[in-house]
Amino acid sequence: MAQIKESITNNETTKQLTLIQAINDGMRLLLEEDDRTIILGEDIGKNGGVFRATEGLQETFGGDRVVDTPLSEAGIIGTSIGLAVNGFRPIAEIQFLGFIYPAYEQIMTHVSRIRMRSMSRFTVPMVIRAPYGAGIRAPEIHSDSTETLFTHMPGIKVVCPSNPYDAKGLLIAAMEDPDPVLVLEPMKNYRSKRDEVPVGKYTVEIGKGKIVREGTDVTLIAWGAMISIAEKAAKLAAQKGISCEIIDLRTLYPIDRDIIANSVKKTTRAVIIHEAQNTGGLGNDIVSIINDTAFLYLRAPIERITGFDVPVPFFALEEHYLPTAARVVEGIEKVVHF
Amino acid sequence: MEDNYPIKRIIDDQGSLVDTGFENQIDEQLVQDLYYHMLRIRTFDRKAINLQRQGRLGTYAPFEGQEAAQVGSALALKAGDWVFPTYRDHGATITFGKSMARTFLYWNGRVEGCVAPQDRNIFPPAVPIATQLPHAAGAAWAEKRRGTQNAAIAYFGDGATSEGDFHEGLNFASVFKVPVVFFNQNNGYAISVPIEKQMNSETIAQKSVAYGIPGVRIDGNDCFAVYFETKKAFDNARAGNGPTLIEAVTWRKGAHTTADDPSKYRPEKQGEDFVDPLTRLELFMKNYGHWNDEWIQATKDKTSSEVEAAVDEMEKFPPPNLEDVFNHVYAEMPAQLVEQRESYLAHLGRR
Repeated sequence: MAQIKESITNNETTKQLTLIQAINDGMRLLLEEDDRTIILGEDIGKNGGVFRATEGLQETFGGDRVVDTPLSEAGIIGTSIGLAVNGFRPIAEIQFLGFIYPAYEQIMTHVSRIRMRSMSRFTVPMVIRAPYGAGIRAPEIHSDSTETLFTHMPGIKVVCPSNPYDAKGLLIAAMEDPDPVLVLEPMKNYRSKRDEVPVGKYTVEIGKGKIVREGTDVTLIAWGAMISIAEKAAKLAAQKGISCEIIDLRTLYPIDRDIIANSVKKTTRAVIIHEAQNTGGLGNDIVSIINDTAFLYLRAPIERITGFDVPVPFFALEEHYLPTAARVVEGIEKVVHF
Repeated sequence: MEDNYPIKRIIDDQGSLVDTGFENQIDEQLVQDLYYHMLRIRTFDRKAINLQRQGRLGTYAPFEGQEAAQVGSALALKAGDWVFPTYRDHGATITFGKSMARTFLYWNGRVEGCVAPQDRNIFPPAVPIATQLPHAAGAAWAEKRRGTQNAAIAYFGDGATSEGDFHEGLNFASVFKVPVVFFNQNNGYAISVPIEKQMNSETIAQKSVAYGIPGVRIDGNDCFAVYFETKKAFDNARAGNGPTLIEAVTWRKGAHTTADDPSKYRPEKQGEDFVDPLTRLELFMKNYGHWNDEWIQATKDKTSSEVEAAVDEMEKFPPPNLEDVFNHVYAEMPAQLVEQRESYLAHLGRR
């Protein structure tokens, strides 16, 4: 691992970590503190994962706890179910979200409904980690952002950190949660910046978003890799005299409705940004939330700046698929000047 | 390949011992256990079909013909073992300790029917095909990691071997050498598709070669062959030697479900020479001095009254709790769901 600069802030030891290092740090802590923690995935052992999320973990905790599995997504999730109902706490790594589909049946028909089908006799407290998203010039299929396939699925929670601090805190919260949690990790943010991350254990509450920029004219709602796009757009808008508030949703199910309602009531306008396809995208659920909670406060129809209804293009064209700060600014101006 | 995997048999169709190697292990207790449970689940099965015809039960998947496979294998289990059944394996789960009343409830659309007693690790039946094989591998893996003597059994049919999860389950189990028995009931048909259209291989047992694990083909209608071979596979699993694939060749005497008509896809005379597994056991009991008219009658009376009591319990079970639509989806209900529940209850005038 790269050199880690340690510093002390507010009497609490912190480290300067990237998002991927924060994930690694969180998993190390979870392995240390609970013998039931077991990590399963492809190439996660000796290789330390294709993104190095598990670097050094097999070395420390052994091949029985950091397990290189066969190349078999349904097998990873299916055996994790058996491990979880029988007392273990699996963290299953799916190498890329775009490769999760063979396991979709296991997640849809079992992970998400064993609690319901057994009236809580059997539960599957487990974490599924998956890197997602476009913008790193990855080969095709590696860049999907299909979060709504899972937010639509009752019985599972979905979180999506945008920064190192939230990544570790949400991962630990996901492991402590009695229900299965899918942790979507924005690949684009894996090494994009470092944050002060506490060395010890802490959680970021699942189901709670965060205001990452305060503003008065329009609310930008985003998560994961789109937070940096929202931030760029907010800066550009500020130059035009428009004050943007940014909500980092952090949890995609269950969504923090209060933070959305309160912010939109204050700013009276909203722009939703996501890199997933438009139709059936989470933006539509957010529109519904605003409709249900803040309709009479709105001064303009809600804008959605999203990916298009196409498969994520090959990377030579992916910049045209992904929302850009310029597109977001256009959306902001539209709602402000409506 | 059929020659490499000859069907193992301990008694023949006339109930005569053809493999005397097990003779001294077949004692009165085992014979009576097998008979009692096979008769019990047959009585249950026939009752369920009748109830369905009378409109007192929903669509039901019968297992008549497969009693030896289900009882023989379930009796080879120990209390701490894990069972991952399909929707046609309630004969096995009832034998292992699931309540008959709960099983009737399951077929009456009640989620309570999925709930096994606390001291029995019986999973809700897998409705998607073959998905339970990786679960069994995972549960067995957990037992191995804890160093217990417990093992798992996954039940599945011939059609399940065409699914990817069959491969993924067997592959994981063999790679990590976990204590699991993959118990296949080859009953000839996956709904309407016969086995020769399901696979190009002559046997299911031979698929074990691909995983480097033992594979055994048994007469699934010979309760002794099923019992002893399953027990052997479990002994092997408990000893740390990993999984076994068992192919129990059997016959689904009836329809796929009460909504199915097998005359549409089965040749008229197919299955005519099938000798009922319970009849075979009866012949064995008569041949080898285990037949006792008084005990047989008492057992018939006992199983009938148990099944009647289960029907009674099912029909007197409290009505479904409307809030169970919302309960048990999450440990703690998300606000969205609370709101949906409250809104629906208000709509019904219950709030």
